[in-house]
Amino acid sequence: MAEMVNNNINITKDKFKIVGNKGTDSEQILRPSMTYWQDAWRRLKQNKIAMGSLILLALITIMTIIGPHLSHYDFEVTNNAANARNLPPNAQHWFGTDNLGRDTFARVWIGGRVSIIIGLVGALIDTLIGALYGGISGYFGGLVDDIMMRIVEILYSIPYLIVVILVSLIVGKGIIPLIIAMTITGWCYMARLVRGQLLQIKEQEYVLAATALGASPKRIILRHLLPNTLGVMIVAITFDIPGFIFGEAFLSFIGLGIQSPNTSWGSLAASAQPNLMFYPEQLFFPSLFICLTMLSFQLLGDGLRDALDPKLRQ
Amino acid sequence: MEKILEVENLRVSFHTYAGEVQSVRGVSFHLNKGETLAVVGESGCGKTVTSKSLMRLIPEPPGEIKEGSKILFNGKNVLDMSEKELRELRGADISMIFQDPMTSLNPTMKVGKQIAESLIIHRGMNKSEALKESVKMLELVGIPNPAKRARQYPHEFSGGMRQRAMIAIALACNPKILIADEPTTALDVTIQAQIMDLIAELQEKLGTAVILVTHDLGVVADVAHRIQVMYAGTVIERGTTDEIFYDPQHPYTWALLQSVPRLGTGNKAELYSLGGTPPDLIKPPVGCPFAARCEYCMDICKEAVPEVTKITDTHSVSCWLKHPYAPKIELPEALRVGGIE
Amino acid sequence: MARFLLKRFAYMLLTIFVAITITFMLIHAIPGDPLSGMARKLPPQIQKNFYAKYGLDKPVIVQYGRFMKNLVLHGDLGESLAYPGRSVVHTIKTYAPVSGRVGIQAIAMGFVIGIILGIIAAFYRNKWPDYLVMFIAILGISVPSFVVATLLQYVFTVKFMVLPTTGWGGFKYTILPSIAMSFGSIATYARYMRANCLDVIGQDYILTAKAKGVSKLSLVWKHVIRNAILPVITLLGPQIAMIFIGSFVIESIFAIPGLGQYFVSSVSDRDYTMIMGQTVFMSSLFIVSLVAVDILYGLVDPRIRLSGGKK
Repeated sequence: MAEMVNNNINITKDKFKIVGNKGTDSEQILRPSMTYWQDAWRRLKQNKIAMGSLILLALITIMTIIGPHLSHYDFEVTNNAANARNLPPNAQHWFGTDNLGRDTFARVWIGGRVSIIIGLVGALIDTLIGALYGGISGYFGGLVDDIMMRIVEILYSIPYLIVVILVSLIVGKGIIPLIIAMTITGWCYMARLVRGQLLQIKEQEYVLAATALGASPKRIILRHLLPNTLGVMIVAITFDIPGFIFGEAFLSFIGLGIQSPNTSWGSLAASAQPNLMFYPEQLFFPSLFICLTMLSFQLLGDGLRDALDPKLRQ
Repeated sequence: MEKILEVENLRVSFHTYAGEVQSVRGVSFHLNKGETLAVVGESGCGKTVTSKSLMRLIPEPPGEIKEGSKILFNGKNVLDMSEKELRELRGADISMIFQDPMTSLNPTMKVGKQIAESLIIHRGMNKSEALKESVKMLELVGIPNPAKRARQYPHEFSGGMRQRAMIAIALACNPKILIADEPTTALDVTIQAQIMDLIAELQEKLGTAVILVTHDLGVVADVAHRIQVMYAGTVIERGTTDEIFYDPQHPYTWALLQSVPRLGTGNKAELYSLGGTPPDLIKPPVGCPFAARCEYCMDICKEAVPEVTKITDTHSVSCWLKHPYAPKIELPEALRVGGIE
Repeated sequence: MARFLLKRFAYMLLTIFVAITITFMLIHAIPGDPLSGMARKLPPQIQKNFYAKYGLDKPVIVQYGRFMKNLVLHGDLGESLAYPGRSVVHTIKTYAPVSGRVGIQAIAMGFVIGIILGIIAAFYRNKWPDYLVMFIAILGISVPSFVVATLLQYVFTVKFMVLPTTGWGGFKYTILPSIAMSFGSIATYARYMRANCLDVIGQDYILTAKAKGVSKLSLVWKHVIRNAILPVITLLGPQIAMIFIGSFVIESIFAIPGLGQYFVSSVSDRDYTMIMGQTVFMSSLFIVSLVAVDILYGLVDPRIRLSGGKK
């Protein structure tokens, strides 16, 4: 056995009286305990990339609000003078002008408003419908679950983009029709996710324990099932938003997106693309912001997923 | 008695976000050829980390085996070995089986192949020779219909059979040492007995030395030659099985022995349970690690780590109660009558 | 096992049937009519003849019945409304292989490169290869395909004129489009494979293998990859069908005569029969590939294969 070194402790007889262990704090836990959410927030804060993305997103959002006011030009005003159209970035038009002489800077930020709103609203609707549907299906299980999930599977089996295109044709163009088209089957993913989580959690022993202690269904749902699903849902929303932004861009490319004079990043990019060789900066700016926004949401989503994962809890 | 393993002053820490956790704080012991050493203690006492360190299976980082630690296998220090030498050591000289046989076997590889893998790597056999040998190994560990079983996947085996398969894998190359880390904890009680019997039987047949890591003293009585009791990263008592069971010296050992429920314990006696929890190893206590939970705790216990007292050649204990200044303490009532069966 | 396959197959047919029906209803809900897409205003009598010829004057149910009969009995999806005489089936047969070629190349590249990157990232976790791979993966997911395609076009055909800008002819016309399409795939597979590998590496049986003295290479190949790659196979299903739809953007940028591009022009032409036919094709392909991949997975994973297909 290794001799452990005691540093100069006097071994005197009086120290050998039995004192026992009553009154000693033998069960103290030395680390402060945190709730799940506190721990998640702490972990997220440590993740510099995720925090950076959050800040970037905040900046972009602020710019979409104040951006159009910063520019001297209104986004709708056209200027057909030959020397005002298709200008590269300069002192007056910070991002240049488009083929109708409109200020690109203002248009990019107005477009940003539309794109981001579509993303947020769309993701929210997806989540509300999906969580409700998946929640009911998962909570009740059995036949109800079977039928509801069959319906989802069938809705899922038509490729999403095709559904979006077809529904777009039916509901027309514009922001609200666009959101309708994209959410009409978009909620399926969220429904499946929530249902899967619920089924998993229902099987966990702490739910059984709560039931055995006599907890009412309402209590079980609110205090056990929901909080554990919330984490997964938050991550799914964060990943859903860029999907909408991209979908909107895609539709704009096909000509089903936002119509003039309203604009979005997608439609800006779509109209600039044919002129790539001549005026690349017209494509550059909207694409840049689409990429940055999608990138930030992805990184933030990754960070959130890691932070909210109970298995990684420290 | 030939010493095949000597561990000197093993110290292992883990670097976590909360600080450095000192899992193993100066553990020394030796293992003789063909004998079974039981390492006993509760969760978190460092017994698993100790056993994994013997083959350097601790991920480093975040783990760290500290300077000054020595693990001598047949004279050579494991901690100085190169990757290549370590790989030759693992599975061939020293083997290990783990607690949960369900997750310890590769689900997409046939069982026979998993045994054969060891043989191909260390014995240089080709595939067909190795597979034939695996069937023999399966037979050795008592699996009926071994040829058919070798071609099956782990999920087609029952829990007890899987653990037998694990043993087959571990003993395929006839290692000098088998480390069994809680081999029966995940199994039914009846299967537990079978597996322990199997280990004892194979040990006799093959002459393998066994390090049995467990938290259950009850399992240990029949199979172990020597026992060492660990607490909070240190060894607090060691001795032969008889010495530990019939003449235990450390209050923690007494608590462990009293926790083993026995038939015929006074009809109205409550089940004994030791209160409290082990100390935090980020800030290990200054004195004896058991002080906070010990009913015989003295002031000196909180100030200084106890000196080691030799009771016999094979039996020693680390406790201030053995110091000449300390009052004489009798063995607790429950442990006195005829000892533990 | 056979019963499992049969059930899956029957279920698949049912799903396709329902999908076709839903699509039919959707298309007939689109306001306006095909003739409004035509440039000239046709005199009423000709319009009436037009509607009669294509049965557009009959109630929806009758049209539906006619459509299904044609499809099931004759394998015929009708004629184009915008370009009379053009058979839908024939059109699909002409354009689909083009998209298919670019798409399959893209998927193959995405799968192979993505998997390799994912493995590298997992084994060098939190060191620079991991960060590099994750960076590439994040880019792949967030940069929209049209940006990638446009950039590639600019760099390789304008700046360095090594490849043709647009058009379709031989292998070299497929290089840039395939690369552009593969970015998203590479990113997805890399991320998924990395996550799976990390999951597997943390499993107990990897420790068992290490304790046996298995070499690093063997460990990676025989133990980690074999277990980690299984779930990734399920990603292939949806990807195969996406070839034909998502490729639209790429096809329009590189002027490739593929199905994606044709689909979109059918949409702007309001060519309902074409739209219907192509949607039927793509949906069926989607569903079939999902089922096929599912079955493939069941065959490859011994845990499912041997329990008779029950999950």
